[in-house]
Amino acid sequence: MTVTMAAALNTALRDAMREDDSVVIYGEDVGTLGGVFRITDGLQAEFGAERCFDSPVSESGIVGTAVGMALYGLRPVVEMQFDGFSYPALDQVISHVAKYRNRTRGRVGLPMTIRMPYGGGIGAVEHHSESPEAYYSHTAGLTVVSPGTPGDAYSLLRSALAHPDPVVFLEPKRRYWMKEEVELPVSGEPIGRALVRRAGATATLIAYGPMVATALEAAEAAVAEGWDVEVIDVRTLTPLDLDTLAASATKTGRAVVVHEAPRFAGYGAEIAAALTERVFGHLAAPVLRVTGFDLPYPPAKIEHHFLPGVDRILDAVARALEY
Amino acid sequence: MSVTTGRAAPSGAAGESSRINATWQEVAADGGLAAPAHHDLALDHTQLRSLYRLMALSRRVDRQAINLTRQGALGVFASSQGQEAAQVGAVFALDDEDWLFPSYRDSVATFARGVDIVEVLALFQGSWHCGFDPYRYRVAPQTTPVATQALHATGLAMAARMRGDPIVALTLFGEGAASEGDAHEAMNMAGVYQAPVVFLVQNNQYAISVPVSRQTRTESIALRAPGCGMPGVRVDGNDVLSVYGAVRAAVDRARAGGGPTLVEAVTYRLEAHTTADDETRYRNADEVATWRANDPVQRFAQTLRDLGVLDDALTAEVEAEGEELAARMRDSLFGAPAGDPREMFEHVYATPTPALNEQRALLDGELSAEGDA
Repeated sequence: MTVTMAAALNTALRDAMREDDSVVIYGEDVGTLGGVFRITDGLQAEFGAERCFDSPVSESGIVGTAVGMALYGLRPVVEMQFDGFSYPALDQVISHVAKYRNRTRGRVGLPMTIRMPYGGGIGAVEHHSESPEAYYSHTAGLTVVSPGTPGDAYSLLRSALAHPDPVVFLEPKRRYWMKEEVELPVSGEPIGRALVRRAGATATLIAYGPMVATALEAAEAAVAEGWDVEVIDVRTLTPLDLDTLAASATKTGRAVVVHEAPRFAGYGAEIAAALTERVFGHLAAPVLRVTGFDLPYPPAKIEHHFLPGVDRILDAVARALEY
Repeated sequence: MSVTTGRAAPSGAAGESSRINATWQEVAADGGLAAPAHHDLALDHTQLRSLYRLMALSRRVDRQAINLTRQGALGVFASSQGQEAAQVGAVFALDDEDWLFPSYRDSVATFARGVDIVEVLALFQGSWHCGFDPYRYRVAPQTTPVATQALHATGLAMAARMRGDPIVALTLFGEGAASEGDAHEAMNMAGVYQAPVVFLVQNNQYAISVPVSRQTRTESIALRAPGCGMPGVRVDGNDVLSVYGAVRAAVDRARAGGGPTLVEAVTYRLEAHTTADDETRYRNADEVATWRANDPVQRFAQTLRDLGVLDDALTAEVEAEGEELAARMRDSLFGAPAGDPREMFEHVYATPTPALNEQRALLDGELSAEGDA
């Protein structure tokens, strides 16, 4: 069947709630409305307001109470309505969600999921197009996941909900309406595994979330240049599957990391450094980064100049090939 | 109004009781504090003696923790002295299945809940961030980012209510923490969802050096309760019976489905903020002396003597138990080994990541090199 990413996420939540009555969902507008992107559509109707309910506008409160619920044995799945509104909860995320297992010497794990739409490209107003993955990936104790396809959205969200540790689940909002032929339920590669989305030999593009589709598009365009580009979908930002990335970079000798977030101290810097440390001798060129610019996310009418596109990616591949 | 008793008294000695008075102020319909109202407590003599024992032992272990810090066995310590009535009285109002969410200031509340004092002090010793099993004692780890634990208490209480379990969560925080957004978010959400949680604010007059007048323009933190749709209570935090009575009434209401309560216990931190603090820079000795004259442990002892519940034999017995505890603290905490540093890799995730395994191997190498040196 043809499934959008939004529908795949909705189905994943519904299937998990049917199987496990400890799964509860709450956040701003997730109940009656079904979420501003309708990811929780129909869940309150099916499972009742006890298991899918609206919260006050209170992001720290949403995440902090989820800590208490997980401590008591529930599996809370909370939604941050937008990336830019997840910041009030950062203290709870960094000080408690990420650290509880460690603080308690392994005695208390928190099986909870924090979902949020992230990234740009939908013409949104200020604070609705952020890419905060570096903050979360830098925080030890969190598992950070971002799907790039509808099928992965389903299987990774199911994995997140069954995970023994807290998962920050970053949903590429510009891909919510992306379609894929896939039969649900689908069981994909587990959390912690990157995937080769397109095999190639000339160079490696490394992307996640919203940039997977863009990287694949660039790889197809590269055929006209005579380049056979491999595309890797990182899928799990923490823990990073460096083995898969390193194997590809070893094979092609050239790696380019792509993300929407600003470059400086961004997630791509970690990948570039890790690959350089691991497979320096196999690289024919430095690991390059194709990213947003080091500035606050721009207004909607000019955002397409900020976001990495096919041309910016191919320019980087060309530079990598010049070495 | 009659308040039900705390933990069930052991059989045999139970039965003997005195009419005991507790006093607190409720936030009135007009939003101000009502006149103090008196309430009868139904605590029997066995319970009163248990309460005395916990108060006296709390003072002793707190004094010993300060001593051990000065001698280097603990890295730092945040004393509860002066706040024993607030902490012990509140914890005494809980039943076994209830949960406590304390802050770093609440070591004696944690101790009074039954956590081994040596395990409590792991935080300050620096052996681990939390030295006890939260599930064993139904006590969450003491937090240092203030007021964050109030949300955990609300969340646990919401979960218990969803499950239909008659459990109450008690969280302790200070008047400084009450200024944090998390304190408001916790109380507001508890009000919205009628979570069975009790918020006990220990107003000990100072947030490190900053007086309560810089935390609030109002006369009481309890006045925030109506804004969150819950009853508010102000109580003399140095009167253990009044604290117990006020908190027990709130716990009973929460358990019966009546939702949360905010209780402000007005008290005083007799020691410096921590052993690393210099209190002479922000408060004078006269002020401290005035509050020392209102010492909650001595005050309760006097009340019990007046009631004929406390005699020299019991005092001596508790004192001896305190000395044993203090000696055990010294023996356990002095020169305690640091533990295996490799353990730092074990509890980050249920399963260590490849990166953690790599870094653990690095540390292994460093440890071997040290061993060879």
